[in-house]
Order: sequence, then C-alpha cells, then structure tokens
Amino acid sequence: MNTLRYLWLAGSLLPLFAWAAGSGSSGGYVHIPAGTLVSALKFEDVNGAVRIDAFQMMRRPVTNAEFAAFVGTRPAWQRGHVKPVFAGPDYLGHWATPTQVGTAVQGAQPVTRVSWFAATAYCEAQGGRLPLWLEWEYVAASDRLRRDARDDPAWRERILAWYAQPSSKVLPPAGSGEANRYGLRDLHGLVWEWTEDYSALLVTADNRNQGDAETNRFCGAGALSINDRDNYAVLMRVAMLSSLEGSNTTMNLGFRCVKGAR
Amino acid sequence: MKLLLMFLMVLATHATSAGAAPDAPLPGNSVYQSPARLMDSKSRQFAWATKRGQVQIVSMFYTSCKFVCPMLIEGGKVIDQQLTAEERAHLGVTLISLDPKRDTPAALARTARERNVDSPRWTLARPEPQDVRSIAGLLGVRYRALADGEFNHTTVLVLLDPEGRIVARTESIGGVPDALFLAAVKRTLANAARADAKPRSG
Repeated sequence: MNTLRYLWLAGSLLPLFAWAAGSGSSGGYVHIPAGTLVSALKFEDVNGAVRIDAFQMMRRPVTNAEFAAFVGTRPAWQRGHVKPVFAGPDYLGHWATPTQVGTAVQGAQPVTRVSWFAATAYCEAQGGRLPLWLEWEYVAASDRLRRDARDDPAWRERILAWYAQPSSKVLPPAGSGEANRYGLRDLHGLVWEWTEDYSALLVTADNRNQGDAETNRFCGAGALSINDRDNYAVLMRVAMLSSLEGSNTTMNLGFRCVKGAR
Repeated sequence: MKLLLMFLMVLATHATSAGAAPDAPLPGNSVYQSPARLMDSKSRQFAWATKRGQVQIVSMFYTSCKFVCPMLIEGGKVIDQQLTAEERAHLGVTLISLDPKRDTPAALARTARERNVDSPRWTLARPEPQDVRSIAGLLGVRYRALADGEFNHTTVLVLLDPEGRIVARTESIGGVPDALFLAAVKRTLANAARADAKPRSG
C-alpha cells in the first residue's frame, strides 16, 4: 500500500518536472504500434477486441501558436472569414485578432474553440487526419508504464479528478502533462479532443446511461451501448462527442492529428 | 437617372433569379460551400454546389441497405405525392451515398429503377470516399460503418432552399408525411417561385 502511495505521489509530481523541462514545446509525431483494444463501448457488430493498426500520433494537442501559423496562410480559416457552415460564431473567439493569439491567450496552450472542419483542414495540411475514436481510446488507455491501465482504480480516479475541476481554470501549456507509455501527453487532463468519426458515436440522448438504443433514429441495427460502465472518463468523452455538430466549437475542445493506417 | 435605374434593375434580376445567379455570393451558411464532387447513376461527375438554384430534399443512404434506406426513399416519394405537379416540377431530391466504394453508378442506377425514382428530378450519387464524413457533417447526419458492411446512420430528410441553406429536417419518415416538414417544403417552393417570378414580371 505504501509503495503504491509513493508511486502515486511520484506520478502526480511528474507533470511538474516535465513542465519545468520545457517539454511543452516539443510537438511532432510518436509511432504507435499495432495492437488490440477492448473498447469501453459496446458495438453491436463487434465482439471482443478490435485490432488497431500502427499509426503515428502527435505527442500533444495542437497549440494556439501552431494553429495561428496555419490560419495565417489560409484566410478561409480565419475568424471572420470562415463560413458559418464550417465553424460556429465562437470560433477562435478568445484570440486577440483573427490571426494573432494575443497576450491574454498563450501560444503554448492547446488551441480550443476549433470546429471539426477546421481541425480536419489543419491535419490535412499536415498530410494527416484526425484520429478515429478507437485509435484515441487505444492510446488513452495507457498510463506512464502500461499500455492498458484501465483496470487500475487509482488511474481511473486520477483521470476523474480532472473532470471535477472547474473548466474556467487557465489551461496549462500543451505537452506539460505526464507522458504515457507511448510518449503521448495530455490525452487526459487538459482538453477534450475531436475525432475524425465523432459523428459515428451514435449515442442518442436516451442511450447515454442506458443500454437500449433508440432504434427509430438510426438506420440498421441499434446504436452502441456501454461495455464498461465504470469507465466514466471514456463515457463522458463519448457523451460529449456524440452531442456535437461539425461546426461546433467549445472552450475546452481541441485536437491532435495522426498519420498512417486507417 | 434612367441609366442608373436600368442598372439597378439588372442588378435586381441577377440577385433574385436564384437559378441563374452563379456569380452572386453564396451565403456562408450554405452547404454548397462544400467543394465536394459527386458522381451520379449515369457516371456524370458534378460539384454538389451545382444543385444550387433549386429547392432540394437531401439525404444520405446506401444501396445495399435492406430496411430503413428503402423507407427513406419512400419517405421522399411520399413528400413528392403531397405536392402539386407544379410544385413537384421545382423540387429536386438528392440522395448521397455513405458507401461510395460499393455504390457504383450501376448500383445507384439499379436502386433508382427498383425504387421507381428513375427521374431527372431525383439524383442518386456517390461522393469521393474522403468527403463522406464532411458532407454528413454539413447535413447533421451521423453514421458508422458496421463490420458486416452495413451502416448505422441517421435517418433524416433535409430540406435545402435554392441557396443550399437548411430550412427544415425530419427524422420521422414513415407512411404519413411529417406535416411540419411538408409545410416547410411547400413554403420554400413558394418562396423560390416568387423570387424566380419577380425579375420576369418586373
């Protein structure tokens, strides 16, 4: 028990060291090896583990500075220029100007208030794409030492602690969180993230806590339900993503890109 | 003064004849902001945005679907049947495939024949694979490919005005047409007809 506590303490201090080391600046992609995932979600057509092919994923979420560089050369994605079908009225609303982050918002913070269309355009410009939900869930299952830490109650609690924090807090720089086994940072504890298939999460309002799908709304078999009802962190992500439209933006929703297999 | 008046009239003509105004700026909230290209059942390629100028009912479907998708097409036909011949003539129906790999022009043509919608007013088309998710996003359609090749997807009819703005949508698609949606179709057609008539009579 004691050892566990020390490990726990060391784990919670790590982000501070990482931050002090200035790792917030290092972007780039990390190789994610192929593997299998038993999703916390239950899909009617899938039994047991799904295979995840190898891909590359950005070490941390895209920052304000990076996104500013992107819109700087693409007026169509600047606030005020962007077509409302692609981004809602609050798109990049916290920036000082359509192309400049300004002093109130740090360049190193993860970019938020970006729509799915804008995030997709950014990743495409990088020669990449947004991650699929299952790819995101696959890497987000990992902690510092393990590829899949989801059965560890301490790990779960730690993630949940973030969700309990008020969202008005100033965002730390992207990349300041502890690296997981893959070398990825901030999958939990910083911002929500878009997935390419956010609109594949066919969870109806009535299905967010209940197993039964609302069959009328969707063609074919029912929507998904939940395998692991104790994995609140995943459930909250899914509930959030499933409620979004592609043009929506929120204060705490950012993204990162991936490359490679789909 | 006379010249100015004439100039204004020319301007007005351009602005209101929706079908013939490709140079008027497209509204920012139009789904035709999408650069997506489609291919129809006769292998014709066209930009989705070329549907601009006509009131459209749009949905997403896939031809191998056994249950709800045929219902979706029937739902469109039910709306059609509630319209006058004049109204019907000005309404387009565009069904966009979620499954461009398998929905070849031949497959689209077969479905159009089988479902008896083999008319110039109805377009069954497939997008490029990489455009499916964003077209769906613009229309508020959610979908997921299933392991067996079927799709789960929102069953919805979306009504677009001639400029491609979403006017109404209905997810209640069955035997009885959604009264509110039908009213929106009639109203939008009437508005479009008025806009079209103005320059000619003036």
